[in-house]
Amino acid sequence: MIISVASGKGGTGKTTVATSMALSVKKITPLTFLDCDVEEPNAHIFLNPVISETERVKTVIPEVDEKKCTHCGKCSELCAFNALAVLDTITLVFGELCHACGSCWYFCPENAITQKEKEIGIIEMGRVRDINFIHGKLNIGEAMSPPLIKAVKDKISPQETVIIDAPPGTSCPVISSVKDTDFCVLVTEPTAFGLNDLMLSVGMLREMNIPCGVIINRAGIGDDRVINYCKAEHIPVLMEIPLHKKIASLYARGIPVVDGMPEYIEQFQSVYHTIERVIRS
Amino acid sequence: MRELLVISGKGGTGKTSIVGSFAALANSTVLVDCDVDAANLHLLLNPKIKEKHEFYGLKKAEINEQKCISCGLCEELCHFGAVKNGSINQYLCEGCGFCFHACPENAIMLKDNVSGEWFISDTCYGPMVHAKLGIAEDNSGKLVAEIRKKARNIAQDENINLIITDGPPGIGCPVISALSGIDLALIVTEPTLSGIHDLKRVVELTRHFGVETAVCINKYDLDEDNTNTIENYCQEEDIMIVGKIIFDPAMTRAMMKGRPVIESPELAISKQINIMYNKLYSKLIS
Repeated sequence: MIISVASGKGGTGKTTVATSMALSVKKITPLTFLDCDVEEPNAHIFLNPVISETERVKTVIPEVDEKKCTHCGKCSELCAFNALAVLDTITLVFGELCHACGSCWYFCPENAITQKEKEIGIIEMGRVRDINFIHGKLNIGEAMSPPLIKAVKDKISPQETVIIDAPPGTSCPVISSVKDTDFCVLVTEPTAFGLNDLMLSVGMLREMNIPCGVIINRAGIGDDRVINYCKAEHIPVLMEIPLHKKIASLYARGIPVVDGMPEYIEQFQSVYHTIERVIRS
Repeated sequence: MRELLVISGKGGTGKTSIVGSFAALANSTVLVDCDVDAANLHLLLNPKIKEKHEFYGLKKAEINEQKCISCGLCEELCHFGAVKNGSINQYLCEGCGFCFHACPENAIMLKDNVSGEWFISDTCYGPMVHAKLGIAEDNSGKLVAEIRKKARNIAQDENINLIITDGPPGIGCPVISALSGIDLALIVTEPTLSGIHDLKRVVELTRHFGVETAVCINKYDLDEDNTNTIENYCQEEDIMIVGKIIFDPAMTRAMMKGRPVIESPELAISKQINIMYNKLYSKLIS
């Protein structure tokens, strides 16, 4: 069973929920935790895993052999991502724009293009408190996170119980993260911004056919618009976490909520059981 | 013309609330919301949409079943796993066109794909350009580039010398696109361990692209130790801290009402934002 934790925008408490849920659920089932927010991974700050293995993740970009290249321009004409520019005497490769689709080296009439490996980030794996921990870190300046997210997700098998901390938004990085998950927990806050972003996320999950539920964080700061929306759309509200200075201060210091406030363990376990029931039904 | 970009590493640090207040403080500015994934600035500035345009992302491949002889070449060649059993998964198709060019039967078409919309609007603080990327669509970087170009055109046409941009979160494709050609990037951070972690990564990013950077510590009174850590870090790295803003629920209340907090200028938080804006403005024009 794979559960993803997402939110339309950042800062709603995704990592707070994902880490505390993991620490609560590991008492019920063996667990793997994935931080797929490879642009700004944060879960390790709260879980402090001991990293035992590091893997470099590479993608390929074209490399042009100028001795063979006739500057015919075919490659740049074919490239949908503008990653190649052919000038009179040289062919330029813009590696950060390349999606590694393979067109250029496949079609080059002179066989002048080969594949060159390029590191886009790293995966770190380890263990903490009986949890398998895996996260990815995108290299700074690298635009394309989905291949790294995919490499992180390739580390799991579908039989495992997995909790995935997803990146914010509703585009490629989130899609790559929540894809093939059995259930998605959407963390939001009861504000105008929270509702706007929640609606976008729900739209995304419906298109992808992934069941979802909502956890409302900082309950009490806003109004009922989020609750009313969930009711109208028949989306279960799995839990409400009140706005609490202690929670904010635990977060600031990098302490998981359930470590500072163990009374939440049971609540997160019951969220997990609810999700189990939804998936099995 | 000068361009200020507000970014944050991760979302939820108060970027949009601060940009909303800057909009009210600027005499004359073009506003841009580059968080095309989950745009929020419109919730504060209540724009009246004047123009609506479709955004075309990359074309998507589609198989013509009448022509297809099921040779399987497209499935074999596709690096994104988008072709399965003779049909193309539109979510996975990146629009590279490899299959289209390679198909021996010309059985694959590339179809136009409207992947979002962008708008030119009026707000009571000036023109605003914003966008909405379609759900599950890619190419956010290209859409960001497009609306930024439009904003520059408007600034030129209307003789406005300042563009204030609300940036996307993260350090990936849309942020990189938002950073190009910016005069000054303001990074909004908060005094939490994850905030510090994200700040360092986004500082590396602005360095990588050679963009001048300033920092604002939002909710600085939440955790003084962490605020000190941020101040020390910025000093070591020679980054100017242009503002420290207190935690005040008035910020959330203003957001719920759909107004920038600065409209209550008597609040301490509004005064802090005002001072920060003036510092940024003089840095921008110097």
